Amino acid sequence: MRRLATSLLAVLAVAGFVGCMQEKGAATASRENVIVIQPGENAQKEAQEALIKAKEGDVIEFAEGDFAFTQTLSLEDVNGVSIRGKGQDKTRLNFKDQQPGAGAEGILVKADNFTISDLTVQDTKGDGVKVQGGKGITFRNVKVEWTRGPHPDNGAYGVYPVLCEDILIEGCHITDCSDAGVYVGQSKNAIVRRNRAEKNVAGIEIENTIGADVYENIATNNAGGLLIFSLPGLEQKIGKQCRAFKNQVYANNHENFAKPGNIVATVPPGTGVIIMANDDVELFDNDIYDNATANVSISSYYVTQNKFDDPKYDPYPEGISVHNNRIKGGGDKPGGAFGELVAPLLQAKAPELKEFPDIVYDGIVDEAKLKDGKAPEELKIILVDNGEVTFANLDLGRLLKGEEPEVSTDLAAFAGEPVRLPAVKIAGVE
Amino acid sequence: MPRRTQAAREAWLLGLLFFSLLAAAGCGRSTSGFDPASDAEPPESLTALGIFVGDGRSQQPAPGVIPYDINTPLFSDYATKYRFVKLPAGGKAQYNADRALDFPVGTIIAKTFAYPHDMRDPTQGERLMETRILLHRADGWVGLPYVWNDEQTEARLEVVGAVKPVKWIHTDGNERAIDYLIPNANQCKGCHKAERDTMLPIGPKARHMNRDLVYHDRDQPYTENQLTHWTRIGALEGAPADPAAAPRMAVWNDPSSGSLNDRARAWLEINCAHCHNPGGNARNSGLNLMASTERPFEFGVFKPPVAAGRGSGGLRYDIVPGKPDESVLVFRIGSDHPEVMMPEIGRRLVHQEGLALIREWVASLEAPAATSGAQ
Repeated sequence: MRRLATSLLAVLAVAGFVGCMQEKGAATASRENVIVIQPGENAQKEAQEALIKAKEGDVIEFAEGDFAFTQTLSLEDVNGVSIRGKGQDKTRLNFKDQQPGAGAEGILVKADNFTISDLTVQDTKGDGVKVQGGKGITFRNVKVEWTRGPHPDNGAYGVYPVLCEDILIEGCHITDCSDAGVYVGQSKNAIVRRNRAEKNVAGIEIENTIGADVYENIATNNAGGLLIFSLPGLEQKIGKQCRAFKNQVYANNHENFAKPGNIVATVPPGTGVIIMANDDVELFDNDIYDNATANVSISSYYVTQNKFDDPKYDPYPEGISVHNNRIKGGGDKPGGAFGELVAPLLQAKAPELKEFPDIVYDGIVDEAKLKDGKAPEELKIILVDNGEVTFANLDLGRLLKGEEPEVSTDLAAFAGEPVRLPAVKIAGVE
Repeated sequence: MPRRTQAAREAWLLGLLFFSLLAAAGCGRSTSGFDPASDAEPPESLTALGIFVGDGRSQQPAPGVIPYDINTPLFSDYATKYRFVKLPAGGKAQYNADRALDFPVGTIIAKTFAYPHDMRDPTQGERLMETRILLHRADGWVGLPYVWNDEQTEARLEVVGAVKPVKWIHTDGNERAIDYLIPNANQCKGCHKAERDTMLPIGPKARHMNRDLVYHDRDQPYTENQLTHWTRIGALEGAPADPAAAPRMAVWNDPSSGSLNDRARAWLEINCAHCHNPGGNARNSGLNLMASTERPFEFGVFKPPVAAGRGSGGLRYDIVPGKPDESVLVFRIGSDHPEVMMPEIGRRLVHQEGLALIREWVASLEAPAATSGAQ
């Protein structure tokens, strides 16, 4: 008996030591090749080797347990590979001892048809999971967190597809990012749904992206809940065609802990949704409430007061429809530049607004595009059917020029038929 | 250029001896038969690539292997580098004024990283760390890291790279020690995919190679311009007869080779532009540090950082002319923190001399006239 136990132990020890086992295609319809990585001292080498030697269709599976990695795990050029764990809180990949000189991301991928699912990535020095230049990218049930909680030295992004196409991000839970939890940048065709983003500087950020559907997400306790931005100087110039609907964006009142210089550092804490310099955005059917600065703000890039020199960049938000949302509460403690500069202005100019309004608009328009002093139909800002909301057009253009702004609270000037944007379609995604 | 010291010569002889013993015993791996142009698995041992005489510890090139050097090199934690090209039989590289020389399929490029025991005294010998190989196969370039063993008897293919502690006496006489990082095969791609996801050599471009080198392939060492040499021996086609007609990059630390601007831009190109160019890995940042980039905004002047996280250092622009302390570029070159440092892979130490050069250059810059947006 004792002998049997010893041999069993020995077998287990060998299995543990070898760590990396191959389960050649189980006798089911699935013929996938699964390479299992066990926690332990050799996990770094085994996982990286498996990722380097992976063949199309392989699954790199991290077993249940805690893994400690000292370098970025990277996958390049091999399409159709999946990385998966045994569950968001069952498989934890920790990068707190990551060494300089080998990258800062937890997982870095440059390949097509990549899926990452069912695991947690912790304490990376830089971004949690970055995918660059891939087509057909899925993040499913991935958690990214920094165990010390929100901190300016935490990594910038949680899940981070950039310059990608056909992206699905669902069921993820991202916390503590010093920039954006769920971030989609310079990409085409993204579906971001049923994720939870909290305690980040920005909960969800869609940046310079063409075609994004953002729905049924929860963004709460971030400094800013949902950001739809276009920034200058980037390869993909203009973000457009973004629909955000059925999201819960509430109480995003966390202090802004981003390092200055990053664009998100300018986001006032207490911001629900910001649409900045992006075109063709439809924001509808969302619950947006208790965001202490403003529930919804729409602005040009000029509010950042950053210089830029990019002739192909358009700094104005155009073709924006905000309709049929449920917006309430908040506006009671405007923060950041809004609190310092705009709140006193509002008090002086529109004393009838007891609080900071639900929807603020910087009022900066591209005068070259106006016809008879008005924006053409396709460039209009439409704000309708959002219940009893308060509103201010800040006329910041004049203020930035050192002139007296003409602040207006007249929502009627933004009446009209909202533009209905088409749904984003990705093959194989229901 | 490999400088054969007494110690290295002895080591080389020992290596030869060891190698012949191995071969005689029949347990050595075949040193011939690997065809870089084929899709055969790359050999486990560096010796099989036939770049060096013997086991390669002397870094003495095998006959027909061409040593080369470049004007301004990438900083790699103060490691010394030896560079070689082995062309396939009868193969020639094609000259190109802007891009890397066009090497034929079957070419092997080797770069060995070493630490002299005492940087003030090369006769004390050195320790070889790794030899990075670029193989030009039929379907493109492949990067392979070969790691030298502690006994310096061989270098073995380690696709996952390695971490090796190393110490040396620095130029200032102080002992320094680091855990030297040997990149893995994917990290090779990180730098070498300089043009839209295509692996390419970085160093062997005409502008980097347009310089003199001392050659040892005759009885007496002699000096010759590299482009001229390559053309003369039939390794290069299409280069201008007079190297003065080819582009030439400044030597970052040699003021006689170019102005402060030329030298700083050369340093930035070789250290940063393999990623920071419109086709490179960091193209999402919109920052273009090729020395040929003319628009100040594109090379960072009043350009806000993108996706920098704590790498912004709390600063608003990549370059604020005249103000190195307010420039993200300077902050990141001067950092050794994983998320802040640039380049983000391939070094652990700050290149203090390079940092000083870039600071001086930023301090010398004047604000361009055309900058829109709020002032």
